[in-house]
Amino acid sequence: MLLTLTTTHQPATDLGYLLHKHPDRAQAFEIAAGTAHVFYPAATDDECTAALLIDIDPIALVRGKGRDRGFALAQYVNDRPYAAGSMLAVALGKVFRTAMGGRCKERPELVDTVLPLRVDIPALPCRGGTRVLERLFGPLGWRIDASPVPLDPAFPEWGDSRYVTVRLSTTARLAEALRQLYVLLPVLDGVKHYWISEDEIDKLLRAGEGWLSEHPERELITTRYLKHRKGFVHSALARLADADGVDAEELDNALDEPAVAPERQEPLTALRRRAVVSALREAGAARVLDLGCGGGALLADLLAEPSFTEILGVDVSARALEVAERSLHLDRLSDRVRERITLRQSALTYADPSLAGFDAAVLMEVIEHVDESRLGALEHSVFAVARPATVLVTTPNSEYNVRFESLPAGHFRHSDHRFEWTRAQFHEWAETVAAQHDYAVRYTGVGPDDAEVGTPTQMAVFTRKES
Amino acid sequence: MAELTIPDMSLVVLVGVSGSGKSTFARAHFAPTQVMSSDFFRGLVADDENDQSASTDAFDALGYVAGKRLAAGRITVIDATNVQQSARATWVKLAKEHNVLPVAIVLDLPQSVCVARNDERPDRDFGAHVVKRQHDDLRRSVKSLSREGFRRVHVLRGQSEVDSATIAIEPLLNDRRTETGPFDVIGDVHGCRAELEELLGTLGYAITRDADGHAAGASHPDGRRAVFVGDLVDRGPDTPGVLRLAMGMVESGDALAVCGNHEQKLVRALRGRNVRMSHGIAESLEQLSTQPQGFRARAEEFCDGLVAHYVLDGGNLVVAHAGLPEAYHGRASGRVRSFALYGDTTGETDEYGLPVRYPWANEYRGRATVLYGHTPTLDAEWINNTMCLDTGVVFGGKLTALRYPEREVVSVAAHQVWYEPVKPLVPEVVETRPDGVLTLDDVAGRRVVETRCHGRISVRPEQAAAALEVMSRFAVDPRWLPYLPPTMAPVATSSRDGVLEHPEEAFAGYLADGVRTVVCEEKHMGSRAIVLACKDSARFGIEGAGAVYTRTGRPFLTPELTEELLARVCAAVDKAGLWNELDTDWLLLDAELMPWSAKAGALIRDQYASVGAAATAALPAATRTLEAAQARGVDVADLLSRTASRAANAEAFRAAYRPYCWPVDGLDGVRIAPFQLLAAADRVYHERPHSWHLALADRLCAADPVFAPTRHLVVDTGDPESVAAGVSWWTELTAGGGEGMVVKPEANLVRGERGLVQPGVKVRGREYLRIIYGPDYTEPAHLDRLRKRDLGRKRSLALREYALGLEALERLTAGEPLWRVHECVFAVLAMESEPVDPRL
Repeated sequence: MLLTLTTTHQPATDLGYLLHKHPDRAQAFEIAAGTAHVFYPAATDDECTAALLIDIDPIALVRGKGRDRGFALAQYVNDRPYAAGSMLAVALGKVFRTAMGGRCKERPELVDTVLPLRVDIPALPCRGGTRVLERLFGPLGWRIDASPVPLDPAFPEWGDSRYVTVRLSTTARLAEALRQLYVLLPVLDGVKHYWISEDEIDKLLRAGEGWLSEHPERELITTRYLKHRKGFVHSALARLADADGVDAEELDNALDEPAVAPERQEPLTALRRRAVVSALREAGAARVLDLGCGGGALLADLLAEPSFTEILGVDVSARALEVAERSLHLDRLSDRVRERITLRQSALTYADPSLAGFDAAVLMEVIEHVDESRLGALEHSVFAVARPATVLVTTPNSEYNVRFESLPAGHFRHSDHRFEWTRAQFHEWAETVAAQHDYAVRYTGVGPDDAEVGTPTQMAVFTRKES
Repeated sequence: MAELTIPDMSLVVLVGVSGSGKSTFARAHFAPTQVMSSDFFRGLVADDENDQSASTDAFDALGYVAGKRLAAGRITVIDATNVQQSARATWVKLAKEHNVLPVAIVLDLPQSVCVARNDERPDRDFGAHVVKRQHDDLRRSVKSLSREGFRRVHVLRGQSEVDSATIAIEPLLNDRRTETGPFDVIGDVHGCRAELEELLGTLGYAITRDADGHAAGASHPDGRRAVFVGDLVDRGPDTPGVLRLAMGMVESGDALAVCGNHEQKLVRALRGRNVRMSHGIAESLEQLSTQPQGFRARAEEFCDGLVAHYVLDGGNLVVAHAGLPEAYHGRASGRVRSFALYGDTTGETDEYGLPVRYPWANEYRGRATVLYGHTPTLDAEWINNTMCLDTGVVFGGKLTALRYPEREVVSVAAHQVWYEPVKPLVPEVVETRPDGVLTLDDVAGRRVVETRCHGRISVRPEQAAAALEVMSRFAVDPRWLPYLPPTMAPVATSSRDGVLEHPEEAFAGYLADGVRTVVCEEKHMGSRAIVLACKDSARFGIEGAGAVYTRTGRPFLTPELTEELLARVCAAVDKAGLWNELDTDWLLLDAELMPWSAKAGALIRDQYASVGAAATAALPAATRTLEAAQARGVDVADLLSRTASRAANAEAFRAAYRPYCWPVDGLDGVRIAPFQLLAAADRVYHERPHSWHLALADRLCAADPVFAPTRHLVVDTGDPESVAAGVSWWTELTAGGGEGMVVKPEANLVRGERGLVQPGVKVRGREYLRIIYGPDYTEPAHLDRLRKRDLGRKRSLALREYALGLEALERLTAGEPLWRVHECVFAVLAMESEPVDPRL
């Protein structure tokens, strides 16, 4: 990866003093996963350019990390050796630390001199496109000159890659310009930088002192950092994804957020849980199954009500169960509360006799994650094998989708939804299931009731007929 | 010298006061692991063998461990005083729970001896009064032991009897594991002698007749033996004739017979007990009344001596009249006998007044094949490795036998309706999809799968957990998923300049394994695909034309496109004449689906093309910058040449993935290259040579251009010229942008001295490997390090997955139930989640 820094300040070669790197020498510095080279392709009084070229050792990048990192193919072939993302920032911080700190022994007066500066980066990963580049650098006074890099000229239909070739120009003190680059380059980088340790992230944030708090996009800048700290996907699913030649996240999406706008979604999830809890209360259920409990949001509500004496949360995703366990703080609950709840893995397409004997089962936003062709197996597991007195099923009402402004027409609310049903479709399914398994069924809605398209969520309450 | 007989699998309860020498006795006659001592368990739970306050916990733990042993059918000895009835009752109950026989061995020694022994032991501080109290309890107990439920009671009085006693383990009557057959298991006969004679004839038995011309025995020239599932008698026209023939066969060793409920009832009737004259017993009694008294006595003795079930063939075959769940196999108790005779009745009766039977076979998951009768059905059908052979001959149905181990059904029709059925014969009504329902227990947790070609393969719980998620959320219906392909190991690492993999190592490797003839198959530039095409999907218990799925069981295409593709596959199979030739209505193909971009398009764009874009944007710019510096006289020569070389590598990297991408619209552009017929009808084709498979693939290609041929070359690994030809074939293939080749033993499955030989190894092209190892892997410094890759785990994994896949196919084609097939398929997926270097 490459970054060049040019000034036309007179004499331009002052840049060498500021950077503490002699223009006529090539210097090399060891960094975490390779070597950072500094050299000057141009050094005249009119124009001086310093180049920072980082030679990543892709094999060393992975060595020693393999066993606890999940062995995904993406670790071995990735853009890190070429794209100027977080690693470049780390190298900047190391190689130009003195300059960034605003110290210059030989020419102290240069430190506070405002210089014309030009930064060229041939491959800058830029999540969100050049628009984000403008939002991040524009408010700081940089001029941005960017052109996207095509994904592959042999396949023009693939469009542009996530990289841009960019020239950033400003007139500023060098130390400040470097500190801004140091912070903002990783923000642009969409990839999780799992090789950066936590203390380095703290360093990055310190470099924002003096300008970050005033930056109109400071929210974006900080949240992107926090998001990136979540680390590499550990799950074994990554390996199964490799076996299939798909991205790990395509399989490991059990906890992904829905695609609809959060401001509409947030109260809906809460409303839905409240509706489910009150329906359970109405049914007089004490021993409750949460089938497909995910991250455990409903479980938390159930735990809060002592009338639910036994709660079993199951999910097929081991990762979801881990998250649920953490978010419920199971390890810190009192014994009395703790003994009311159990979490374990189960799959609704496999009959699980140990789910039998409960008063009620909840399938909250679950069925739409199961292929329609596999619903038969789920129905058997729930209505024939588990066979609780009450079964609550919630699922999106697809008629309502037109009311979600952020949802493109014809799209599902979540990328993993296998179907979304209209009210008529849901009722037809529910009637068939109820008749087949000797349950009675009634319907209700959750969320604002629109005269034309109904409520965003539909709920069926199944009641077992024989005692 | 007293020999104490103990039935196999029994729970032996030692009874004796403290100091009577129970532990010494147990040590002398049983293995240490068979003996559960209360002292020892007190020590385990409380660090003190004599801490009486820990007794409750100690007995809890002891009972738990003893229960585990009994569940596994292991003789277990309880070493505790057991002088009180309440203590013994616990053990009798435990034995009954596990359907094993409780046995008591009483050590009745003089009090003085026991007191003296206790005095010698410093850790025993209780006085003589304790021993006296125990001794009184003991004396009171001895007489009541049989009444308490102990099936054998041995009392040893005095030290000399204790010292001279020996223990003999008796096998249970039902234990015939050493008899391995082959057998012909015959369903309910119910007095239909003529049909029985005809069936025996069909099965190849020669019938011998007595002086009166009655069939009185039968033997098979090949030494086969008949096994009667019970209900020889009642309802039919000639119960005495059937008994004469069956008794003769059993007495001469040509047959075994288990007891049916009708034999049980007949014995009671013959003994003058009051029985209801219903269900055809009146006919039997009338027919028998015309027989000489001697015959009646013999028949009574025969029926009375019948065992309720047999365990045969090393435990692989169980015969019981009404069937038997696995927990009861080889067990002896009233409950087991009752199940074997009457089945699992729910206590209700149906509209015909007949008992409603619980469909135990639907839940059967046992390893042994269970054959039984009792409930008349229209046809004998497999349900979870069990088969009911009562096809209602007496009601005008047929008399059925199953050849074992061939698992071939042989029937003869009833000559007439001999007895009007209370309710019409109907196919066994099966509760909702017995065979299609999989339970969590079929797959979750730690599992061991028994494979015929690679022994026992175990799956760890965390592997199963990952597989459960993928299987449950993404895979096609398990009924469409009878197989998953194994991973394939790469060839041993080459030490040649500039390459990591080279064909020479493949040829040398197979030569070392004793494989002379190998076939090199072009490695297609697509994704592994399994194609299940059905003309009739009855075997799979699901409607449809089949499925096309990936290595992890995910569907490749939308349902509509899958259907369209399968229609073309079926038409091609038809055109090639394969349905008839293979005598099948379905087949399973191992294939490659192209292009790779059809499945992995997003991955190619997001990962590979992105790397290419970043590299080709950054490196030429870096090269120019370095050239400018060099022109200024700065010494950057090394860095410049390395960067220029990397720029070239980046271009090569792009060139490597590009051939994998072409646009697909519907099925336009999609191609399938089948290279092996995995299975069809009742056959697995892993022993047909690869040339046969490839010829078959060529016939499909000729039938429909959606099929792509697989270029291949046969190489003699022992002939240098042939090896050189193989090398240059690979070189040409890969120089032209090809992915590489797979080298397989031409004979297909091959066993070497050290077990299975790798079914294939891949030799990937130098350029293709850039996609896997990164653009710059060919740089000497990188290559040297990459050569240290460890192939051991991958090779072991490849064999295990291969064996599991074959096992799935063997089970599928043998007609085994879904859960048995799915168990293997699921295990392959679980193996795939194992952390192995994904670049291999």
